[in-house]
Amino acid sequence: MSGSEWLLLFSGVVAGATPILLAALGETLTEKAGVINLSLDGTILLAAMVAFAVAFETQSAFLGCIAACLVGALVAAAVGLFSLKLGQSQVAVGFVLTLTARDLAYFLGNPYARLHGPQFSSVPIPILSDIPVLGPVLFQHNWMVYAGLGMIVLCWAYIYRTPMGLRLRAVGEDPRAAFARGENPVRLQWIYTLCGGFLVGAAGAAFSLFVKPGWGRPQGAEGTGWIALALVIFGGWHPMRAAAGAYLFSFLQVLGIYFQGWIPTVPAQVFQVAPFPLMIFTLLIIAYAQRTTIPREDRHRLRLKALLEVFSGAAPSALGKPLRPGSL
Amino acid sequence: MAVFGFTTGILMLAGAPPMEAYGLLLKGSLGSGKKVGAVLTAWVPLTLCAVGLLYTFRIALWNIGVEGQMIMGAVFATAVLRWGVESRLPLFYLILAFPAAALGGGLWAMGAGLLKTKGGVHEIFAGLGLNFVAQGILLYLIFGPWKRPGVASMSGTAPFPPELWLSSVSGVRLSPEGVFLAAAALAVTVWMFRYSRLGLVFKAAGNNPTAVMLFGEKPGRYMILAMVLAGAFAGLAGGVQVAGVYHRLIPSISSNYGYLALLVVMLSNYRVALVPAVAFFFACLNVGGIQLPMVLKIDSSLAGVIQGAWVLAALAAVAWLRKEGRPEEAR
Amino acid sequence: MRIHPEPPPAVELVDIHKRYGSVNANQGITLRFRPGAIHGILGENGAGKSTLMKILAGFTQKTRGRIRIHGVDVDFQAPAVASRLGIGMLYQEPVDFPVLSVLENFMIGQIRGFRLHRKAFRERFESLCTRLGFSLSPETPVRQLTPGERQQLEILRLLSMGTHVLILDEPTTGISSFQKETLFKALRTLAQEGKTIILVSHKLEDVESLCDRVSVLRHGKITGEMERPFDPNALLKMMFGSVPSPLKRPEIPAGAPLLILRDVSAPGDRSGLKACSAIIREKEVVALAGLEGSGQGVFMRLAAGLRAPVSGVLRLRDEGMHRKDGIAFQKKGVAFLPTARLEEGLIPGLSILEHVALKYCRGFRVHWNVARDQAARHIRYFRIKGDPEMPVESLSGGNQQRLMLSFLPDAPALLLLEKPTRGLDFESALWVWDHLFRYREKNTAVVFSSSELEEIFMVADRILVFYEGAVIRDIRAADTDIHELGSAIAGKA
Repeated sequence: MSGSEWLLLFSGVVAGATPILLAALGETLTEKAGVINLSLDGTILLAAMVAFAVAFETQSAFLGCIAACLVGALVAAAVGLFSLKLGQSQVAVGFVLTLTARDLAYFLGNPYARLHGPQFSSVPIPILSDIPVLGPVLFQHNWMVYAGLGMIVLCWAYIYRTPMGLRLRAVGEDPRAAFARGENPVRLQWIYTLCGGFLVGAAGAAFSLFVKPGWGRPQGAEGTGWIALALVIFGGWHPMRAAAGAYLFSFLQVLGIYFQGWIPTVPAQVFQVAPFPLMIFTLLIIAYAQRTTIPREDRHRLRLKALLEVFSGAAPSALGKPLRPGSL
Repeated sequence: MAVFGFTTGILMLAGAPPMEAYGLLLKGSLGSGKKVGAVLTAWVPLTLCAVGLLYTFRIALWNIGVEGQMIMGAVFATAVLRWGVESRLPLFYLILAFPAAALGGGLWAMGAGLLKTKGGVHEIFAGLGLNFVAQGILLYLIFGPWKRPGVASMSGTAPFPPELWLSSVSGVRLSPEGVFLAAAALAVTVWMFRYSRLGLVFKAAGNNPTAVMLFGEKPGRYMILAMVLAGAFAGLAGGVQVAGVYHRLIPSISSNYGYLALLVVMLSNYRVALVPAVAFFFACLNVGGIQLPMVLKIDSSLAGVIQGAWVLAALAAVAWLRKEGRPEEAR
Repeated sequence: MRIHPEPPPAVELVDIHKRYGSVNANQGITLRFRPGAIHGILGENGAGKSTLMKILAGFTQKTRGRIRIHGVDVDFQAPAVASRLGIGMLYQEPVDFPVLSVLENFMIGQIRGFRLHRKAFRERFESLCTRLGFSLSPETPVRQLTPGERQQLEILRLLSMGTHVLILDEPTTGISSFQKETLFKALRTLAQEGKTIILVSHKLEDVESLCDRVSVLRHGKITGEMERPFDPNALLKMMFGSVPSPLKRPEIPAGAPLLILRDVSAPGDRSGLKACSAIIREKEVVALAGLEGSGQGVFMRLAAGLRAPVSGVLRLRDEGMHRKDGIAFQKKGVAFLPTARLEEGLIPGLSILEHVALKYCRGFRVHWNVARDQAARHIRYFRIKGDPEMPVESLSGGNQQRLMLSFLPDAPALLLLEKPTRGLDFESALWVWDHLFRYREKNTAVVFSSSELEEIFMVADRILVFYEGAVIRDIRAADTDIHELGSAIAGKA
């Protein structure tokens, strides 16, 4: 491959990673507060459908994106209602919503299938886009890609460098302790469930408005919500590392397309499902790395040390265990 | 009721006449004997999968991999039936296809169970990942080694000769053996949960795996066993689809019944007694929904929306009842 | 009771009632706390002390009654309101965030807005540290601190938030005697500065050495109040109704070696277990003493086969138990009673009957009639208050403990009991030990952990002292005393 082909490849990686990146960041935010929003896969589809429909009707990709974000927050609100307010299992509610949101997307999106609608167009950033290598890879995209890039830094800075971020982490670690210190854990969890859902909605918009433009059944976004959920674990609940995972995944996807061209004997179906065994394998390694039976002082003896260090992040202690009013 | 209001709103949003849609759903599912037969045809795999899930839910595992387990059951059954083509003992192969289907589903579920207990991978990710892998294997087989002579297509493998089919009620593809299998699965499960030690240990390990160890049982082993049982039931469902309904392997052999079964069990509030009725209701919605695109030009996924709304309503109702039942705790 | 003219109270509790379901935790409690004094709340476990204090701190809502601060009626819905009024509580279980750093823990609860003023907080933290004579480094993760240091951090945070009524719930449990001295000195300093200090404890000696005034709680009611100087016998009578009779302990010589550990190391708890060597003999009662999480829990779980050692040898009699699991240990006659009853020992959601069936109906089919008879026998013999169909989580702590005891095998070789009397009232505790002593006649070795030195001296033949994951003392109970043991626990061997 020539230099310009490589640049094109990496530019494609950066653009293609945007939806999964936004979804993983949103879910990281939600899970940091101790709530699991399992409905990602359905939410992304529903948001993608709404983004396209609204963009088509208004001929404005921007309005489509906003509508998608609101839909994402709405589904997250349902998660909040059932788990935070009614005390039901977050996994159960999330799973039902995954299926329901998906069917709702197919149902309502039917009239919009296979239509041509507005898309986000590239807006190269002056000056920055002229930097060799980095310019074409990072700065010749549409503004949603830029927003995704900015969101990585924003999420990280928010979680680790502001008082709100500190309170967010506190609630995810131990809502009872946070309550004893004068916080309102349920309110904070609501806020971050909605914020996370907002970003997941944006991920849907990124699909239907430029990565896989248009709407259809299947749309092509099926399964990415689950990958995003796995990426949160892969990232050890750290936004930077989740982002790295999103780019790695996007890179592998693009590479897969190249491979498919090179080795035509392997059926296409194999490449389509390849991300999922990869996901299981990665989670296996992570589980091994986070296993507590390996004492910290013994870790240096292991050959996999470097790998283990990368994956040593820990889940927020109170993840998925909501605070019940009766438990105080 | 809330579910009714919600779906009506959705229908209006889609620009379809709500009453007409409900009428179609009803007529399309219970309008004639033939329609009821079609509903029962869907009820069989749905019930089998749901019964299997009762075991995994009892031990607090989220067996999300039912789709894959059903697919592998279908694949194993197809493999056996392919041997049976041109054989002199078709009945032998037809019967053998069912243990093979249970084995296929069980092994596939065991994979997820081992990943959970030995590998520390959450069963949701393990099961889901294996679903996609099973789908990949299925497509590979249909388009590769098992392709129809001449053309590989989405219509599946070449149909089996009729001597390898389960019997069927005339006019519909409903096989009495399938209905019997589902009913037997229900009966066995009722007995297991009420009188067997296995059912008790599943419940105990689901509530507190640590303590079960002190009662002399290994929770990990029972988790795998529950997974295998669930997978075996799902595999049987796959076998019924192959031998009784489609008479060949098709890409959509699992027809989403695996995911739907999870909803069935949730709406039944994880109780075996309610499973057949809920499964019947869901089967009605699915079968009734088939006509929607043709008549009203709306998508058949309306059935899925209604089913989801019902489960959400049930979750809310259960939560509400719990609050009512224990007022002093709410304070 | 003598009545003194006193300055106006900083805090008044008037006729406080609290019900949990059918349990009356507090029944009409009226108390006054004056500024500049250290006020003790004395009572045995379960007397309702913690509940009362959680109500004052806004963590729990009262059922009835009034709270007045400087003569003004207040009503708390959350701890946030109480802390704004200057009331701060040091909870019995630490309410901190182990994965976060000391400084971050210090900041949570007192920061708002968009910027983390790390530097300003660090300065405030360090100046408070020096004022109270604590030494804590701001950047250490809290999980590396000892319980005593976590407590110090929490006190610093409360003071930084402007707390002038400081409540401490059982602050001397699980900390070293050196840390206790530091704590008491700091509390005296704070009282001199005019703050109101409330010390909740079930230990007479803590209250005696620190407090100016004591109120005693029993069964949710005030049974008496006393000013310094205290009359210990009178206080004991207020606590227990009558002074409890000591336990009868049969003298039985130890038998053959049963459990042998050589250089065993394993992770777990805060400190893990490091190169532990010990021998437990038949018929012995051995106490595992030490601060919370110093390795006793890991020792028990290793001996029960629930955790595998990373190095070293563990043997039962002549048999190496390498790579054997908990079931194999049970077959060798090892029985383990964890302290977290509903988390590790019993199965919430299952009834007493189902527990009995799980334990004794070993065939494929459960014969519920047989199980029902067996359950009735357990309930009768162990005097469990409950019926067979009751789910175990609805039993009281004492009854849960009795139920767990009823599942112990008839003649175990080794009994491992983790804090067997935790949370039990005095009479239940006596009953438990009385029952356990009977096992010694069947050659059983009894190993237990406890944070109560009095209990250890009351029942143990031999004591293993754990410090930072290592066994630093192995001594006969008759050859030591409570003071020596106390300093050994604190690491001053």
